[in-house]
Amino acid sequence: MTAEPAEQVLAGGGPGRRPRRARRGAAEDVAGLGFLGAGAFVAPALALIGLFLVFPALWTIYLGMTDYRLTGLQAVDPTFVGLDNYERILGDPSFWRSLRLTLVFVLLSGIVGQSLLGFAIAWALRRLSGWLKGIVETLVLAAWVIPASVSSFLWIALLDRRGGTLNALLGTEGTAWLIEHPMPSIIIFNIWVGTAFSMLLFSSALAAVPPSQLESARMAGAGGWAQLRDVVIPNIRGHILTNTLLITLWTFNTFTPYLVTAGGPNGASEILAVYIYNTAIPGGQLGVGAAISLIMLLINLVIALGYLRVGRARAARPAEATAVETAGGGETA
Amino acid sequence: MAAITTQALVKEYPGGVRGVDGVDVTIADGEFFALLGPSGCGKTTLLRSIAGLETITEGTLIIGDRDVTRLEPGQRGVAMVFQDYALFPHMDVADNIAYPLKIRREPRGARRAVAKEVGDGLSLTGLLERRPGQLSGGQQQRVALARAVATRPEVLLLDEPLSNLDARLRLEARTFLKELQRELGVTTVFVTHDQAEALALADRIAVMREGKLQQVGTPREVFATPATTFVAGFIGSTPMNLLPARVEGGRVRLGEASVPVPRDAEGIVADGAEVVWGARPEYLGWSTEPGAEGIEAEVTVVENLGASVLVTTHAGEHRLQLVLDEDDEPAPGARGWVTARAHRTLLFDAASGRRIAPESAEDDGGTVAGEGRPVEAGA
Repeated sequence: MTAEPAEQVLAGGGPGRRPRRARRGAAEDVAGLGFLGAGAFVAPALALIGLFLVFPALWTIYLGMTDYRLTGLQAVDPTFVGLDNYERILGDPSFWRSLRLTLVFVLLSGIVGQSLLGFAIAWALRRLSGWLKGIVETLVLAAWVIPASVSSFLWIALLDRRGGTLNALLGTEGTAWLIEHPMPSIIIFNIWVGTAFSMLLFSSALAAVPPSQLESARMAGAGGWAQLRDVVIPNIRGHILTNTLLITLWTFNTFTPYLVTAGGPNGASEILAVYIYNTAIPGGQLGVGAAISLIMLLINLVIALGYLRVGRARAARPAEATAVETAGGGETA
Repeated sequence: MAAITTQALVKEYPGGVRGVDGVDVTIADGEFFALLGPSGCGKTTLLRSIAGLETITEGTLIIGDRDVTRLEPGQRGVAMVFQDYALFPHMDVADNIAYPLKIRREPRGARRAVAKEVGDGLSLTGLLERRPGQLSGGQQQRVALARAVATRPEVLLLDEPLSNLDARLRLEARTFLKELQRELGVTTVFVTHDQAEALALADRIAVMREGKLQQVGTPREVFATPATTFVAGFIGSTPMNLLPARVEGGRVRLGEASVPVPRDAEGIVADGAEVVWGARPEYLGWSTEPGAEGIEAEVTVVENLGASVLVTTHAGEHRLQLVLDEDDEPAPGARGWVTARAHRTLLFDAASGRRIAPESAEDDGGTVAGEGRPVEAGA
């Protein structure tokens, strides 16, 4: 390490370079623990991960290839059926309907609803100050903090056919929202529950947009929309990507809507997580449920890898730019 | 091209703090004008008020023949270069330069053409395809300048234009800026806390303190005939010597010594008045021969400034600094006499801090604004 400072100065010594050097140093045995010593420190964590994460995942793969049931003969002595479960699932129209519902749910309640609404609130709060900002933030956060069982009960009370608050407000006594409009109900419910995260993430992202860039755009005559398009969005592109990834995965996997509609009526709001539950527990087909779970896991992986790819392509450009910047700075100095 | 006039301009922040407090100034068409002052004096607030980035609380702002007090920044015909340049990192240089044209919905071809033309004029040829992150500090500044002048604004505002450059580049950029301003003939206002920068660049300088104008004048006026002790102390790479004194029998009494009354104050200042005597270190001399006009002093510190030396002397409890040629460098501990020329020294009123001079001389020194000016009472 002693010879490196000079080299760093020559290379421009930008703040971005230091960690890369440090990482190389960390690969060596700095603490002097030795392989076994270091392994002993990591072992408990690895054991826990193995016990609670890796083992259940492998067990699910195994279960997905059996005719394991909740009750009856197969509950005691499940038999290996190979890929029969997968064949059945992929041939079952109710699975495809559930997948379609899930995609609609993710798109409308997650990507469009939570992200856009969260951004809109963050953008509006940016100019606001004092008590009004505090109140709005607290309200939005409250929706997130309230336990799912409580908030779903609140929504059932709101949307109930008889004596529901919404019917009282709109004067539409007798409208069974959860039965007549199950998907819109759980979509709006999920937006209400989850918007706080996007709002918080975008609030901090907006705070990091250099004010002088916004003012520069204003000096050029840019209105609110042009400022958003030319300054804000390009500056927070990374945050948008991260937020969309997390929201997509969370919304894809969420089970809370079950507490509002239980997937009904007649499967009309049966998103994938609810479909698995309904198949495995009330339906008793644990083997089939495990197989669908694995399919869901694979879809999750594909989504995550897709986002990571986009993110990596994006990250590659600024890094290259900073490298040239430091070199250019040295040349003129 | 346009002149800028502010009338009793006030910018008050919530809580009653006045960033700009009743400023009256007229900046002529095509003038290179500096707002100078220590940090927190309101110079940047005044610049941002002209830009439209701060809403003006009271008073009016006229650019050309339009009252722009309530107009949006984009409608004022004003362009600004920010201290950090505020280039858009995701656009290449050409898009950055032509950004104001994009807002005006000009076609892409026309935008690229303007970017090329303006970029060539600012020696950015060959850099148009790069991102701002790939440019050096000086290049980034030129891109920011190019973006500002691409739409041929009537007024160009520069916020601390040289502060983000390293010392060597700063001198180069200073000359470059002055050339560019001459070439474009655009009315330019810039903010700086560096008096040397203001003296070197500006046609006229406004010295500000606590939101108020202290003095407006050419660099020579502000340097040679500062309106107040504040301006006297702020301008000059070595601050002016300011010593409390008293006028006695037609001479200025400084402790044991006495010096002649400065020429400007002759016949105006009353006998027995409490004053502050001011003399620039550059205008003071050193003599080892006792003379009637000298102040006897002892050299305590000698600092090398290259071709000259900064000598600190003590005369009784008073401290006097002088800048001498390297050939005349005295040794620390030496005793001698500090000599002053009557036409190069100034007298200030001890109570108000204002310079004692005939009225006409004050007019020569440009607009003078200080305490007790009627405009501020009304603002």
